[in-house]
Amino acid sequence: MQIQIRGIQKTFGSFQALGGVDLDIESGELIALLGPSGSGKTTLLRTIAGLEFADSGRILFGGEDAAPLPVRERRVGFVFQHYALFKHMTVFENVAFGLRVRERKDRPDNDKIKAKVLELLDLVQLSGLDKRYPSQLSGGQKQRVALARALAIEPRVLLLDEPFGALDAKVRKDLRRWLRSLHDKTGYTTIFVTHDQEEALELADRVVVMNKGRIEQVGSTDEVYEHPATPFVFDFLGGVNVLPGTARGQNIDVLGVDVPLPCGIHEHTGPVDVYVRPGDLRVGDPAQPGFEAEIISVQRTGPIVRWDVHAKALDQRLEVEIPHLHHDVSRHAPGQIVRLRLNQYSVFARIPPPGAKSGSTLPDTKLIGRERERGRLG
Amino acid sequence: MTQPVDHSLQDPPKLPFEPLIQRNAVITEQPWVRWLLIATALIFLAGFLLLPLVAVFVEALRNGLGTYVEAVKDPDALSAIKLTLVVAAIAVPLNMLFGVAAAWAVTKHQFRGKQFLITLIDLPFSVSPVVSGLIYVLIFGAQGYLGPWMSDHDFKVIFAIPGIVLATIFVTFPFVARELIPLMQEQGTDDEQAALSLGASGWQTFTRVTLPNIKWGLLYGVLLCNARAMGEFGAVSVVSGHIRGMTNTMPLHVEILYNEYNFAAAFAVASLLALLALLTLVLKSYLEWRLGDELSATRKH
Repeated sequence: MQIQIRGIQKTFGSFQALGGVDLDIESGELIALLGPSGSGKTTLLRTIAGLEFADSGRILFGGEDAAPLPVRERRVGFVFQHYALFKHMTVFENVAFGLRVRERKDRPDNDKIKAKVLELLDLVQLSGLDKRYPSQLSGGQKQRVALARALAIEPRVLLLDEPFGALDAKVRKDLRRWLRSLHDKTGYTTIFVTHDQEEALELADRVVVMNKGRIEQVGSTDEVYEHPATPFVFDFLGGVNVLPGTARGQNIDVLGVDVPLPCGIHEHTGPVDVYVRPGDLRVGDPAQPGFEAEIISVQRTGPIVRWDVHAKALDQRLEVEIPHLHHDVSRHAPGQIVRLRLNQYSVFARIPPPGAKSGSTLPDTKLIGRERERGRLG
Repeated sequence: MTQPVDHSLQDPPKLPFEPLIQRNAVITEQPWVRWLLIATALIFLAGFLLLPLVAVFVEALRNGLGTYVEAVKDPDALSAIKLTLVVAAIAVPLNMLFGVAAAWAVTKHQFRGKQFLITLIDLPFSVSPVVSGLIYVLIFGAQGYLGPWMSDHDFKVIFAIPGIVLATIFVTFPFVARELIPLMQEQGTDDEQAALSLGASGWQTFTRVTLPNIKWGLLYGVLLCNARAMGEFGAVSVVSGHIRGMTNTMPLHVEILYNEYNFAAAFAVASLLALLALLTLVLKSYLEWRLGDELSATRKH
């Protein structure tokens, strides 16, 4: 089911949860709403479901306005963060609920319900657990019961609110892959909410990055990671080093090194901020252009070695990440001076002082440091 | 690479049971301190609770079983018992309905004046029963606001059964709602929202999801409400008029008999009320044992 969202606004008291959101979701797509807490992602999901009502704007389900439809007629499969399984019903009855509450004329007979429920339990790999009660299940199992229950009504769209939020890391990873394969098998249009960028990037076809009730960027996982549209997106999808630079035509002067403007931007002049991920700072040849930095400390986190370096020209600490088998790891130790170069980076115009007009062709650098909520990689 | 795990028949891991060894805790006090504390508590309980209870039955049976049966079979006593049961049979279901409706409104919906409603529900607990009885006399009595209109239409509230029912409802109103509000607040609205999103109507959601979730708490509230409805004295005393065989409930009948120095009969009827209290206690303990967790949210009374 194709879903079109047009200018959705929602305020709670004086807090603006959604400030004019537009989004198109294609049929059969698996899409992630990613953002920090308070970014409005859950509100958007609940508005699509009909559990929340927008102050203004429209939501179209396959071209049909969904606004007059109450939640029970929208046929959305909503999976709650804490599953909301009916404690007094068995797994079987939980899954059968959506079929049993139908009006008599639409209600399938008992045999059909039974066949359908067992088929769904098979799909979510819970065959044989149909007589259990929710309290007798593990977190991952509850999650899959909730999913089967939502699928039982053959929803037009499947909505998942922080589907893996309440699970431990290992189960979360397994379930993530499993959900991806389930989606490929069933093809339901699926929207899920998460604050974990790793989860969003791994699972989704497209990622919607949200901040303060607005969409910062919509794109494939490659697009949002490789070409972040705003400083916020860059920062939210992993660690970041911010270097001051000056753009002159087609080049930027960063710490005395000339680097070309990233493709897609033709020309710019003025102060800019260069955003580079810790993994995109490389140790360069002393002969090549680059800037010098002293290694302050070395820290290993799993397969990644992290250097804390001090850039002399900048008098600023930077983070560098290197794969642990890389030859640079064994070659350098704290106290040494290395020459760093930028491998890949994004450029954003620096916020002009208040009052001055920027007239810039680049998106502004917002003060992201203040509201930064680091993902797990960062 | 991790292999995809088959979740199908995995049980949550069972943790080995390890007894907690507490040192320097309360249970390691000197034996004589422990015994002293336990003895004090037991003596207090025996003196203030058990002794009166036993006394009721002893006094009731002092003149033999014959007198006891006779006192209970007295037409006035029988009519008092009947009236008490009738009043409870009307007041308790109504309060159950009001209590569930109030708790549902307060916990599952957002509206203006919600806090005021919660305060209002508590009002009968904070007002003296005598005052609540007087309120009804003021409204429905012969000299009251609606008195003339009532006598015109030949409808009696005060000194009649409707007045007793009204007073009982007023006094016992909070029991069900107070029991349910914390419970339903803790349960939140996720289950209801899930049911609605699966296509259930409001009524289906209530009967299939909300009601099963609160049924034990509801039963508990009804039990307390019933005990109070049958035992209520103050408010009922004001509105009843103490007409023997007509508007006398059991507690009022006990008082009348007692004032007439008919102790054996008074205690005989009182023993029935005491039995009712014991029965309530047993049921209450059973419910608590049945659903410790569900009720723990409501430890208020």
